[in-house]
Amino acid sequence: MDDSTIISVRDVTKRFGSSVLAVNRVSLDIKRGEFFALLGPSGCGKTTLLRILAGFETPSEGQVLIDGDEMEGVEPNKRPVNMVFQSYAVFPHMTVKQNVAYGLRVTRTPKAEIEQRVQQSLARVQLEEMAERKPDQLSGGQRQRVALARALVKSPKVLLLDEPLSALDAKLREQMQIELVHLQQSVGITFVIVTHDQNEALSMADRIAVMNRGDVLQVATPTELYEYPNCRFVADFIGKMNLFDGQVVGVREKQVVVRAGAIASQIGDITIPFADQAEGEVGIAIRPEKVRLNKLEPKEETIRLQAKVKEVVYYGNESHVFLQTESGAAITADMKNSSRHAHAGIVKDDVLWVSWLAEDTLVLTS
Amino acid sequence: MDSWRKNKLAFAVLALPPTAWLVLFFTVPLLIMWLYSFAERGPQGQIYLAVNFANYVRAIEWIHLGIIWKSIWIAAITTAITFAIGFPLAMGIAFAPARWKNILLLLVILPFWTNLLIRTYAWIAVLRTRGFLNFGLEWMHEKLSAFSALIGLPDVMGEFQALELLYNQKAVVIGLVYVYLPFLVLPIYATLEKLDKSYLEASLDLGAGHWRTLFSVTIPLALPGIISGCLLAFILSMGTFLTPALLGGTDSEMIGNLIARQFSSSRDWPFGSALSFLLLYMTFIILWVRASLAGRREEPI
Repeated sequence: MDDSTIISVRDVTKRFGSSVLAVNRVSLDIKRGEFFALLGPSGCGKTTLLRILAGFETPSEGQVLIDGDEMEGVEPNKRPVNMVFQSYAVFPHMTVKQNVAYGLRVTRTPKAEIEQRVQQSLARVQLEEMAERKPDQLSGGQRQRVALARALVKSPKVLLLDEPLSALDAKLREQMQIELVHLQQSVGITFVIVTHDQNEALSMADRIAVMNRGDVLQVATPTELYEYPNCRFVADFIGKMNLFDGQVVGVREKQVVVRAGAIASQIGDITIPFADQAEGEVGIAIRPEKVRLNKLEPKEETIRLQAKVKEVVYYGNESHVFLQTESGAAITADMKNSSRHAHAGIVKDDVLWVSWLAEDTLVLTS
Repeated sequence: MDSWRKNKLAFAVLALPPTAWLVLFFTVPLLIMWLYSFAERGPQGQIYLAVNFANYVRAIEWIHLGIIWKSIWIAAITTAITFAIGFPLAMGIAFAPARWKNILLLLVILPFWTNLLIRTYAWIAVLRTRGFLNFGLEWMHEKLSAFSALIGLPDVMGEFQALELLYNQKAVVIGLVYVYLPFLVLPIYATLEKLDKSYLEASLDLGAGHWRTLFSVTIPLALPGIISGCLLAFILSMGTFLTPALLGGTDSEMIGNLIARQFSSSRDWPFGSALSFLLLYMTFIILWVRASLAGRREEPI
């Protein structure tokens, strides 16, 4: 563990009872000052992992190191981390100011210092005006700021956030995403956020760990995760994906030749740039927004096939076109409506040319 | 879906029997007693309806005030002890693993399955001079004596003196704590159960220890339940009749016993009615104070 690592999770396993495996031999390092997201569907173990970091759950096996210190047997109130709870858990019987001061009062911080740090913390989340209010006089967004101010006033080494935006409505959520990123940059504290919302993770985090059924499947930057998912689950969970079962039929240097079962009759064997090892059964995948639709057969060197439009769903800024090939394979193409009449010509039952670039195609080995 | 409210007939049909029952067997008797409380007692215990406050004036004579004060005092001690036992108990059940909760709750209300009279007699068997508690103490005394003799200190323990546990105020308090414990535990349990556990975790997370969390977060947030439970225990023990009658001595007559005596041996129904209403008014005042306090606090939960 070098000095740039703030949290080191080593082979951590958590079982509940004898049958439930919530976290399965997870190892990951979180860097100092990073905005790190734990992303996965509900029940994937992300919240359990966060609660292990906070000290509310004890790992069945493995170790957690925070800033180089072993956390085994260290109670939550002795850990250099603070948490923003999903329900915010802002104490309803205390004013905003008392809530923020609580963490300092219980550790016997001098009065003058409490006053100064509480003011500073409230200012950071723009709640100075609300200091004397009770939580039930605040909106959901304001209550969340109280929870943030209350955690940050402790100057933790790491701030843990459990689904912090899930209770907010869509508009406010987007605004808070931006604010959280700014806040994290200005205080310079490592943030670890748990979320099931891929957009939230992609837009906020420096790095993301995707979890499913207790396993961490991939840890990568948002771009890497989206453009180079390492398995079918990640490919499908992050964004949308056209996914075909396929087979490796040949390997060349930095390339792989694959046959995509359902569409092989039209496109034949395709050669895809690929640096890793691959053999046998694989997944062949292409993002819907990287698929192009044409009335006439495209001339370029692309992978192309014909398919019939089954449905066009209009979303204003874009339209999703659902197509089906003669052999029955389904393909989705997302079209940007970059001008008013961009795709007016596409209607149900049209037979179109579907094409994409070989370099945009993904080969998923697991 | 409150369309049933619109069906006036169905509403009336359903509401009539319980209303009739309450009016006939609760409101009317209460009204009769209220009238009696202003009546006069004839030489043979007859009731002459009248309008005078003599019964009330008599009720607040020093001798009766003494009994009322003692009732309040015993009820207060009972409530304090019940709370000291009941709050940790309620917390233990509320924070117990889910599969244990129902069993533990069942154990708390299990005594209700037996008649109160029988349970109170059982306490007599436990507390009397030749009762189970004294037997137990005597047995321990014997063993300790034998032990002290063994290590060469004979007679250090002296003769065993049976404790006088029954027929005094202590016995009444013990009996009342036993009877009203569930009434205090259940409301507190209900509020603790509903309490979002992340408040307690947030307190720990912010650096507070378990005791600090208990006093700064758990108790303040459970306050509505604590007040309800304590008031219930207090009001019920203040008006109690059976426990002091069976377990108490001459020094432990409470207002309930005084009232009961007016309706039985003393045959003074008007005075008994006045005392009953005095108790009722006191209860109303307590409940009114609680309601106005709750209104001011705006019920945190």
